[in-house]
Amino acid sequence: MLSKYEKELLVIIWGKASVYAEDIGAESLLRMFTCFPKTKTYFAHLDIGPGSAHLRSHGKKIILAIAEGAKNISSLTTTLAPLSVLHAYQLRIHPTNFKLLSHCILVTLANRMADEFTPVTHAALDKFLSAFSAVLAEKYR
Amino acid sequence: MVAWTDAERNAITSVFAKLNPDVVGPNALARCLIVYPWTQRYFSKFGNLYSAETILGNPMVAAHGKVVFGGLEMAVKNLDDIKKTFAPLSELHSEKLHVDPDNFRLLADCLTLVIAGQMGAAFTPEVQAAWQKFLAVVVSALCRQYY
Repeated sequence: MLSKYEKELLVIIWGKASVYAEDIGAESLLRMFTCFPKTKTYFAHLDIGPGSAHLRSHGKKIILAIAEGAKNISSLTTTLAPLSVLHAYQLRIHPTNFKLLSHCILVTLANRMADEFTPVTHAALDKFLSAFSAVLAEKYR
Repeated sequence: MVAWTDAERNAITSVFAKLNPDVVGPNALARCLIVYPWTQRYFSKFGNLYSAETILGNPMVAAHGKVVFGGLEMAVKNLDDIKKTFAPLSELHSEKLHVDPDNFRLLADCLTLVIAGQMGAAFTPEVQAAWQKFLAVVVSALCRQYY
């Protein structure tokens, strides 16, 4: 459950993050591919080397979608409906991978925010990304 | 038997050398108790864990964070035999402390995030990968004596 304070905090954080969506997205994906090589199996059709155009555009898409979700936390299911359908019927990414990407997004944010990545901020972000992932996997079965 | 490349060994030992034992362990443990509140079930004797502030200021949490860090130090010094080095600790966590091993992963994640926040650009994806592999080995060793 996210408190009112946490929801407001998330809007601020993701508002700032969406300005650097490409950088943050590409870095998060690269961290995930480097630390958890099995995640690369979903990208065999793209060039996901460091700095590649695919990595940057894909990373940007993901961060912007998350930022959009942060603005609509109370209606995540409706806001993310098209993405849920995409992940369930087309992408069919094993749900454990959502945790891996969420973790790498947190590492990227912690790395950039340094002291501003307080335990309270960390908790809010972790809870939000969990909720986001759950909605993405909602239509799987 | 874990195979470490030279690059991985270097990454792990150089990350560890940068860590302040008085800060990282306590910080990571406090974060774990705050971000994953169910982990507080193992610390009922630690007094006030009511809020993020009280957890961060709790001296028993800080002291225990240093103990946990000491365990990590032992692993770094015994990279080629973490399994055997941690056997007594694993038995302790299973037989005496009764800790659900899934929680070890949560503490490991908190450690990684504390270090990411501290190291800035030096915490590259490759360094992160080596560090995550190290923590995975430590967690696996801690899980070994559970039956």
